[in-house]
Amino acid sequence: MTLSEHRDGEVSEDRDGEVEIERIPPVVTPSSIDFWTAGAAGELRIARCQRCALFIHPPAPYCPACRSGDVNTEPVSGEGTVYSFAIERYTWIAGFPAPYVVAEIELVEQESLRLHSNIVGCRPESVFIGMEVKVCFARDGEIYFPLFQPANT
Amino acid sequence: MEPSADIERVAVIRGVGMSRTGRRLHADPLQLTGEAALAAIGDAGLDPAQIDGVATYPGAMGSTPGMSGAGVFEVAGLLGLDLRWFTGGSEVPGQLGSVVNAVLAVAGGLCRHVLCFRTVYESTAQEQAGSRASTLTGPGSSRPMRADGIREWTLPFGALHTSFGGLETRRYFHETGGGREQLGQIAVTARRNAAGNEAALYREPLSLEDYLSSRMISEPLCLYDCDVPIDGSIAFVVSRRSESVGRSGIVGIEAIGSAAGMQAAADMLWSRTTLAPGDVGVAELYDGFSILAVQWLEALGLCPRGQGAAFIEGGHNIALDGPVPLSTGGGQLSAGRMHGYGHLYEACLQLRGHGGDRQVRPLPEVAAVSNGAGGFTGCLLLSAL
Repeated sequence: MTLSEHRDGEVSEDRDGEVEIERIPPVVTPSSIDFWTAGAAGELRIARCQRCALFIHPPAPYCPACRSGDVNTEPVSGEGTVYSFAIERYTWIAGFPAPYVVAEIELVEQESLRLHSNIVGCRPESVFIGMEVKVCFARDGEIYFPLFQPANT
Repeated sequence: MEPSADIERVAVIRGVGMSRTGRRLHADPLQLTGEAALAAIGDAGLDPAQIDGVATYPGAMGSTPGMSGAGVFEVAGLLGLDLRWFTGGSEVPGQLGSVVNAVLAVAGGLCRHVLCFRTVYESTAQEQAGSRASTLTGPGSSRPMRADGIREWTLPFGALHTSFGGLETRRYFHETGGGREQLGQIAVTARRNAAGNEAALYREPLSLEDYLSSRMISEPLCLYDCDVPIDGSIAFVVSRRSESVGRSGIVGIEAIGSAAGMQAAADMLWSRTTLAPGDVGVAELYDGFSILAVQWLEALGLCPRGQGAAFIEGGHNIALDGPVPLSTGGGQLSAGRMHGYGHLYEACLQLRGHGGDRQVRPLPEVAAVSNGAGGFTGCLLLSAL
């Protein structure tokens, strides 16, 4: 898989003649819309409690620590490390061909702030726990799927 | 918290029953449910007219194909039950949360004899849905159209249940230094024990070499780390202890752990009993993925924390004649995915001494049963009465 930069900063997957991944679109909610669309501005936006500053993922309208309802999304660096990963060897979902890497990414902004995504832009076998990664995006219409690639690319 | 009420000691498991189980049975799930329910009621020495409570997991619901074979009202109608109390649902402390509910209802005096059941027909449903992936991805096709609810955060990235098994396994190896050479003993041990269980799905020998060379699914999760969808039904009758004394084969509920999370559930369980992990004579731990059984071994204190992989290495510690006999009937890996109910069924057989060729000897007096993973967890400590 290779990645190609587009002029507006978005990064989309290009599998060099292979079938492109047809991602199943999320049912976007008021809490999650920023997560799924902020890639249009090249940003990864994560929900954050405006009272106690806790980042919250998946995004929710209340802070689970201080119960404040004052939660907004904020752009984060998009940098993180691989907490764990699995190399998917079986094609379960039509349009989403194996192999691909499902990873749990811990973002640098906060300990235990983790999200699930894919590692792209490298061979699945080259991924390791602790690997430094940075966000990139795959676009499908209004949706910008936050993915991660090796930080040194 | 004080183990003050001792509600566990008010209720017992008085009867157990199991239907035919297997792949592609093409049986009406209500037929399977009836087989298991009537067997359990008969085993309890009761007449169906005496059953006044029903508890089931997950209850009638829209879910992946074959996940829910029957609901409360279907079974009440099927057997002409006159119910004073009932419950069916999936938001409970693990699959056996339905049994926990039954204990509470009996202890609280709402009813006297509760039929607990779990029916699956995922194997046949896979065929009907035209896709082996249907039990993971949802009804209708191998491509769900929408990623909604909690799936909003997984499906867009192609992450399914097996992915989480792979993530858990990889992280566990990273943190403990364990590897597939150790983890494989969960599957190998289950298969060895399944040879002694006529009801088990897979009974031919499985070697560690077979395991290590098996197909990867969500690497490092391999085929033999995954349990097997089947068709079948298992039922129990939970009754008041005071009305069951003198009967042979009743199983006591020593302690319940209903907290969310493996460690919290295990800690809660041990806080409600004077028994200790060293008293456990047989362990039937949830093995939807083999890593979960290792995590439960550690959470329940059946081996030192972080040393589960070392504990199971070579398989001696978890063999039938080892200190912690595990998955004595084959577990879900070899006997098939009865979603926690299979583990409780096997524990009851072992405590009764009805384990046949795979009976643990000397007869175990205490059994640990666990189910679920993540925040969906529960465990039971059972005793022979």
